[in-house]
Amino acid sequence: MSPATIWAWFTDPAQWSGADGIPNRLAEHLAYTAITLLIGLVIAIPLGAWVGHTGRLRWLITGANAMRAVPSLGLLFAVSMFVGPLIQSDLAFVIPSIVVLVLLAVPPLLSGVYAGIESVDPAARDAARGMGMTGWQVLTRVELPCALPLSLSGLRSATLQVIATATIAASVSLGGLGRYLIDGLASRDYVQMVCGSILVAALALVADLLLAAVERYAVSPGISGRSVGVARSRSSRTGEGSRPDPSGATRSTSPASTAT
Amino acid sequence: MIRFEGVTKRYGDADSGSADGGSPGEGGGDPGSVAVDNLTLEAPTGQITVLVGPSGCGKTTTLRMVNRMVTPTSGTISVDGRDTASMDVAELRRGMGYVIQHAGLFPHRTVVDNVMTVPRLLGVDKRQARSRAMELIERVGLDPAMARRYPAQLSGGQQQRVGVARALAADPPVMLMDEPFSAVDPVVREQLQNEFLRLQSELGKTILFVTHDIDEAVKLGDQVAVLRVGGVLAQLASPAKLLADPVDDFVAGFVGRDRGYRALSFAAAPELSLTDEPTVRLRATGEQVRAIGSPWVLAVGDAGEPVGWVRAAAVDHEVTRDLLHRGGTVASTAGSLRALLDAALSSPSGRGVVADDDGRLVGTITAAEVVPAIEARRSATTAGELPEGASTR
Amino acid sequence: MTWALDHLSEILTRAGQHAWLAGLPLVLGLVIALPLGWLASRTSWLRASLLTTTGLLYTIPSLALFILLPSILGTKILDPVNVIVAMTIYTVALLTRTVADGLSSVDPSTRQAAIAMGYGGFARFRAVDLPLAVPVIAAGLRVAAVSNVSIVSVASLIGISQLGYFLTDGYARSFPTEVWVGIIACLLLALVFDLVIQVVSRALTPWTRAVAA
Ligand SMILES: Nc1ncnc2c1ncn2[C@@H]1O[C@H](COP(=O)(O)OP(=O)(O)O)[C@@H](O)[C@H]1O
Ligand SMILES: [Mg+2]
Repeated sequence: MSPATIWAWFTDPAQWSGADGIPNRLAEHLAYTAITLLIGLVIAIPLGAWVGHTGRLRWLITGANAMRAVPSLGLLFAVSMFVGPLIQSDLAFVIPSIVVLVLLAVPPLLSGVYAGIESVDPAARDAARGMGMTGWQVLTRVELPCALPLSLSGLRSATLQVIATATIAASVSLGGLGRYLIDGLASRDYVQMVCGSILVAALALVADLLLAAVERYAVSPGISGRSVGVARSRSSRTGEGSRPDPSGATRSTSPASTAT
Repeated sequence: MIRFEGVTKRYGDADSGSADGGSPGEGGGDPGSVAVDNLTLEAPTGQITVLVGPSGCGKTTTLRMVNRMVTPTSGTISVDGRDTASMDVAELRRGMGYVIQHAGLFPHRTVVDNVMTVPRLLGVDKRQARSRAMELIERVGLDPAMARRYPAQLSGGQQQRVGVARALAADPPVMLMDEPFSAVDPVVREQLQNEFLRLQSELGKTILFVTHDIDEAVKLGDQVAVLRVGGVLAQLASPAKLLADPVDDFVAGFVGRDRGYRALSFAAAPELSLTDEPTVRLRATGEQVRAIGSPWVLAVGDAGEPVGWVRAAAVDHEVTRDLLHRGGTVASTAGSLRALLDAALSSPSGRGVVADDDGRLVGTITAAEVVPAIEARRSATTAGELPEGASTR
Repeated sequence: MTWALDHLSEILTRAGQHAWLAGLPLVLGLVIALPLGWLASRTSWLRASLLTTTGLLYTIPSLALFILLPSILGTKILDPVNVIVAMTIYTVALLTRTVADGLSSVDPSTRQAAIAMGYGGFARFRAVDLPLAVPVIAAGLRVAAVSNVSIVSVASLIGISQLGYFLTDGYARSFPTEVWVGIIACLLLALVFDLVIQVVSRALTPWTRAVAA
């Protein structure tokens, strides 16, 4: 396929308006992603913080990681088949998909927050308690800020996962950019499939770069090693040019998970 | 004053653990192992009490029971007469400075923000807390320019200073220090110890200080408590007494071999008659040096301060600094017998150099002249006449 | 259950295809990632650029990559090579960082000792650094294996035969049993990969057990 064909598709005014247009599909995709991540964070931050802070119920983290072995496509179909019929509104396609997306987003978020808190220097935690911080103050003033880098890399993994799975969720009738891929497949419109794929890839890339930028500016320079002359020993932890460590936040927990 | 009364800590019991539960690592160890055994001890107000002993003997546990990071199994601990068990735990801890081995600075906060932590917890407003923090940063010997750095940008010794400043920030009457200087190299450790003593002479805190290093204990402590494994108090005494009169084989072995010599640190130099030493100035000529007629000649600087010994035969043209022998130490008239003896032993001429408080040469003394003073002191001590803790610090 | 038994041979065939599509990229990916990771562990600017590039490739969603690759490689869309290439890309992206981390995790004193004994360059890499990095690399491989098995099933959407077929077919026919069979088969396959990697890693690192014993 020539670049010209692709160019022609993108410059066709028809692609830029209506329910089928790029702006609407993109907005849908972004909305699913945002809603999912929001719900995921609401679940994962308190849970990960609690497990990390108290050291109790660590199996939750292992369990969540084991969840990652379930093929996302299978999860998508299974949940749609069971949850879909229970919902009588036009949300019948959206809700099962969002449920699946949340199920997929929670493990990386959870292990990111947990691993972040787990990685806090025990001496810093000890000092915080010793100077009379309450458990809540230790959590909010020391543990969570120090957990930020690993939490954010968990967020990056989760975002990529959600964008990718929202794409295949078009096969269970969800909107979003995945429609171009699935509808193109059905109608053997390969140009549309390729152009949709380009859009999806671009979205993932931009989202990841944005989060990388957030990571850069939200994390204290004392931790990220960003400020000039910070001891090198620290910089290896968050990593230079830091890309999503896709195994990511899980490294300090059980790496592969299925064995459990 | 911190008072331990019959305090025992046994780990592994169902009710063990810290007051806020689940500190990492807790719960290991043998079930029911006794870390501290029926400890009764007083840390007097305004003084440094050092807990010393081999690794695992319960020093950290003892210290952490004071601020209730660890809950005693039995017994009571009181601070200035108040039973700590009855106090609010946050209030208790905010009233005590706490310094630990690796400083435990908060990596995401700058030095000044670290130091401001406790005042901020206590509700001091930001500006006031900051100015207090800056004052302390200078007080512990850090360049104020460091205030805006992050802990990762500091050396281990600097981090430890920040740790001390942070613990002092709310001006607590009590300080708990757990091996604060043991993670830094010996040279820095000595600097930190000296500044710590200087600081304490200004501040007069009630300090409980943990170390496994007997030299540090003897150097810093007003009194030293030696613990043996199993958390049993072996001896509580002044450093001088500890060196001179260990209570049993364990303590004797722990305080080490050359304790007789080290004990001299705590004996003030008596008034001894010093010998006048002929001297030359720097840049004196070879003839001037040889005119003194002694193989080793003492050189002094412009203010009359001893700068080193020079071998008469080695001077061709004039006495320069690189001709000076570097080995000799200088004792002070206000110093200890140990410093006096060391000056004599380390001098190439065998004559130990003694200077006054301002560093000006007073005279010299040989080892043979110091030894009678040591003998005299020993007989006085055995007769029980010398008051304990005749410290020279 | 009966359905699964009735279709056992079909399940096994597709499992074999799935294992091939997920497993071959693991091997290829490791072969490519080893030199890349080694480079990344040696030079910091190379580390930054290599990890950035592989990380960017990793962001591309799988379905999009399956569709884009044919026009880049000149293959047909139904050609399994597309899946092999895509999975290899993901594996390389995952493993380059792991290999680099594993190699840099070797205790500096061990490395200094190796240098002092006269090991240099590649010989040291093969005799000292690599064996000691095996546990870390194996952990990365386990993550990659599990993720590959899951992602390969997505290729059934574009009609490439493997276990994912049971997912799409079961959904299309509204036949949940088939979907469950597909999910369970994928999980079992992932488990098998995981065990194989663990066994191999243990066999390659007898000293880790000696220490633990
Ligand atoms: N949280 C804990 N759980 C179980 N045992 C402990 C715990 N903390 C310390 N111990 C044990 O108590 C003893 C004293 O420990 P500690 O007070 O840390 O000694 P020190 O500080 O003198 O080295 C050791 O035998 C140690 O193993
Ligand atoms: Mg200790």
